[in-house]
Amino acid sequence: MSIHRPDDGRSAGSEARIEAKAEEQRLEAAVETDDGRMAPPAVPPSAQSGQLYPEEAGTQPLLHRIMASETMVAVLAVLLSLIVGGLLVALTNEQVAAASSYFFARPGDLLGAAWTAASEAYAALFQGAVFNFEGQTFARMIYPLTQTLTVATPLICAGLGVTLAFRAGLFNIGAQGQIIIGAMLAAWVGFTWQLPVGLHLLLVILAGLAGGALWGSLVGLLKARTGAHEVIVTIMLNYIAIYLVGFLLTTPGFQRPGSSNPISPQLGGTALYPPLFGDTFRLHWGFVVAVLATVFAWWLLNRSTIGFELRAVGANPMAARTAGIGVTKSYVVVMVIAGALAGLAGVAQVAGTERVLTAGVAASFGFDAITVALLGRSTPWGTFIAALLFGAFRAGGVTMQTNTGTSIDIVLVVQSLIVLFIAAPPLVRALFHLPEPGAVSPAKTGKSKSPAATGGAA
Amino acid sequence: MSTMTATVPDQAGSMGTVRNWKTPIILSVLAVFALVVFALGAPANSVTFRLSDPSDAVVLTDLVLSAPVTGWICAVLMLAAAVLSILEVRAGRRVPGWLVAVFSVLFVVGFLTWVVGSARTPNVALYGLLAGSVTLAVPLIFGSLSGVLCERSGVVNIAIEGQLLFGAFAAAVAGSLSGSALVGLLAAAVAGVLVSLVLAVFSIKYIVNQVIVGVVLNVLVSGLTGFLFSTVLSADADTWNSPPRLPVLPIPFLSEIPVIGPILFRQTIVGYLMYVAVAVIYVGLFYTKWGLRTRAVGEHPKAADTLGVQVNRMRFTNVLLAGVVAGIGGSFFTLVSVSGFGRDMTAGQGYIALAALIFGRWNPIGAFFAALLFGFATNLQYVLSFLGTPVPNEFLAMLPYLVTIFAVAGLVGKSRAPAASGIPYIKG
Repeated sequence: MSIHRPDDGRSAGSEARIEAKAEEQRLEAAVETDDGRMAPPAVPPSAQSGQLYPEEAGTQPLLHRIMASETMVAVLAVLLSLIVGGLLVALTNEQVAAASSYFFARPGDLLGAAWTAASEAYAALFQGAVFNFEGQTFARMIYPLTQTLTVATPLICAGLGVTLAFRAGLFNIGAQGQIIIGAMLAAWVGFTWQLPVGLHLLLVILAGLAGGALWGSLVGLLKARTGAHEVIVTIMLNYIAIYLVGFLLTTPGFQRPGSSNPISPQLGGTALYPPLFGDTFRLHWGFVVAVLATVFAWWLLNRSTIGFELRAVGANPMAARTAGIGVTKSYVVVMVIAGALAGLAGVAQVAGTERVLTAGVAASFGFDAITVALLGRSTPWGTFIAALLFGAFRAGGVTMQTNTGTSIDIVLVVQSLIVLFIAAPPLVRALFHLPEPGAVSPAKTGKSKSPAATGGAA
Repeated sequence: MSTMTATVPDQAGSMGTVRNWKTPIILSVLAVFALVVFALGAPANSVTFRLSDPSDAVVLTDLVLSAPVTGWICAVLMLAAAVLSILEVRAGRRVPGWLVAVFSVLFVVGFLTWVVGSARTPNVALYGLLAGSVTLAVPLIFGSLSGVLCERSGVVNIAIEGQLLFGAFAAAVAGSLSGSALVGLLAAAVAGVLVSLVLAVFSIKYIVNQVIVGVVLNVLVSGLTGFLFSTVLSADADTWNSPPRLPVLPIPFLSEIPVIGPILFRQTIVGYLMYVAVAVIYVGLFYTKWGLRTRAVGEHPKAADTLGVQVNRMRFTNVLLAGVVAGIGGSFFTLVSVSGFGRDMTAGQGYIALAALIFGRWNPIGAFFAALLFGFATNLQYVLSFLGTPVPNEFLAMLPYLVTIFAVAGLVGKSRAPAASGIPYIKG
């Protein structure tokens, strides 16, 4: 492929500027796909690690930098999705439908009813997720916030697993299965063994890590040894895990004695995460473990040799191999770690929130983890914050459904819209007329904007 | 140009020159398994397969087989086939395809005899089992054809599930509002196209990773239909969610043929469309200009572009076409199978369709048979839980997924995706 450098001399003309911009987008895509040899990464490298044009960062005005930043896109994507969700709530509201029948007589009524429907739903969502202004005591007031953190705990762990795999260029759609197998082993240790306090919980956590790692390693090994595409393998392993746990819950080893339902016995008291702020709140020490896991993931990615290698593999496996990095080994290693993190989410479920094993133990955390990792731009702390946001949606959604009758499914709509918008920054920028990153006002254009790596390929 | 699979080294070495022992080993293991379970572990009773309904025009007598005798015959023949495959490989030849096919049929017959024989009531209506399998396979076949159209032109379609679900939803709503099942069918196609449109715009125009778009689209459709279902459809089910059903249109005379008559010639319009779609897409893909261009765009877009094919336009139209196909498949859920939409009623069928696509090696006919096999496994699971069997249901339910993992891992045959599938084309 022959690449022109944008001709700097005539970029003052608007036509030339549009052409240069298109050229730039093309170059960016060419870098991301290794000139059409591989699928684009889940999250563009430019979004993962800050500025693509660091040499120009200082030359741009602060406002321009803020407006063009990835964070701005993320914030606007969330806002836009909330607006669409609000419209959907308003459109299906009965009062709104009633007011629309006499729209031409009193148009204000329709808008008022629509505003009330959407704002009440979101107010209930906020009330259920962050702060309950109707609470009698301080504990009741902040109870929603602790609920959000409780729900976010498995999301953080599983999201980190997906994030790590993304950074190595692997699509770990299999967090669901890894959570289930992790939860299965952890629960089994929890309700079968009788052990002293401390040791028991430690073994439960280790069993969860091992279960997730096992399920993840299958993916890594198949990918490394046979080239099987990890998306297919993980989707299939999810279903196998669901049926496997469904089967085990009908066997004497797992089924609760005397019950005909597929449900396990309660985990022993020594196997549970202790509550973090006393028995009033459901928040447990699993959240602290999730924070530690985030620190670990950050360290692994940014400070360790393994992390460097897997980022290199994710950016371009062929280049990484040329540089002497064991690509297949990286695939196995990252899937083991990713699986273990998802297994930790399973532990948070059985040893923290649910306290029993059922076939639905993973709820939809495995799939939410994918959206969390995408919203978090594949960075550990970004994933952490995104998990808190989605945890808030989920916890608040329950209150919203009971208080205003708005179905919790709207949360799914808003979440998926956020991810769609975030995945296509040009779309959001076009909708809000934001400047492109690196696109400096024409007067300042002095040097080439093409990345050095491809600039010489003409 | 290197391919997706070429990013992984040591891919089973070079086939052809090296003797490939994979097939003989798998056949031997399965044959020994059959010997132990189907022959040595056979129940002592006999098994009755009913071939036709007593009310049919032509009534065939029931097929009564002795479980141990059938088990032994199947096991011995399978062992012979395994030995033959070992000899073939030893002589430096490849294991012939017919041998594997015969082996598979023997395995299915042996398994069926054993599993039905071990049930509480060793009596099964074979015609019902087969007809039910085809019925269950209809949405799978539409789904995997949608996948064929997308992936052959280089766009990964994980959103089959979403296309089916939105098709089912639109068919239910449009069918109820208009009172016509055909309008519902049309709406289903439009809904499939809408999902496809988002997939196409995001993956082709905005170059977002196609797997991501697909996964997110599935969640979006699930949330959207779930939300509308609980707020609108459940509130007034008579207006919104009581679509008429598509009538069964038996073809005179042909539908009276025993066993295959009900399967082939006693279908709704969706069922007939399924056969038409398989044939049209197969012929179109391999014998027309459009098909050649589609495959070129999916295998080597740069070469196709050099010869004047508009790569991204080709991909765009194919993805939209795939939406039509999958949408019609979705209408099966609400216009044929049950009358009315239910939350997440496709229940992962889109992913099984994806599995059928891969197991069928990205070929319409292959996908058709793979989907039939998966439909058979699902139906067998229902029938067996009815008869009371020794095999836990969960394992039969797992079967399609396990088989797919073996297929993508190259243990069963060799399946290779179109080279440019998942990779956006950027005209340089």
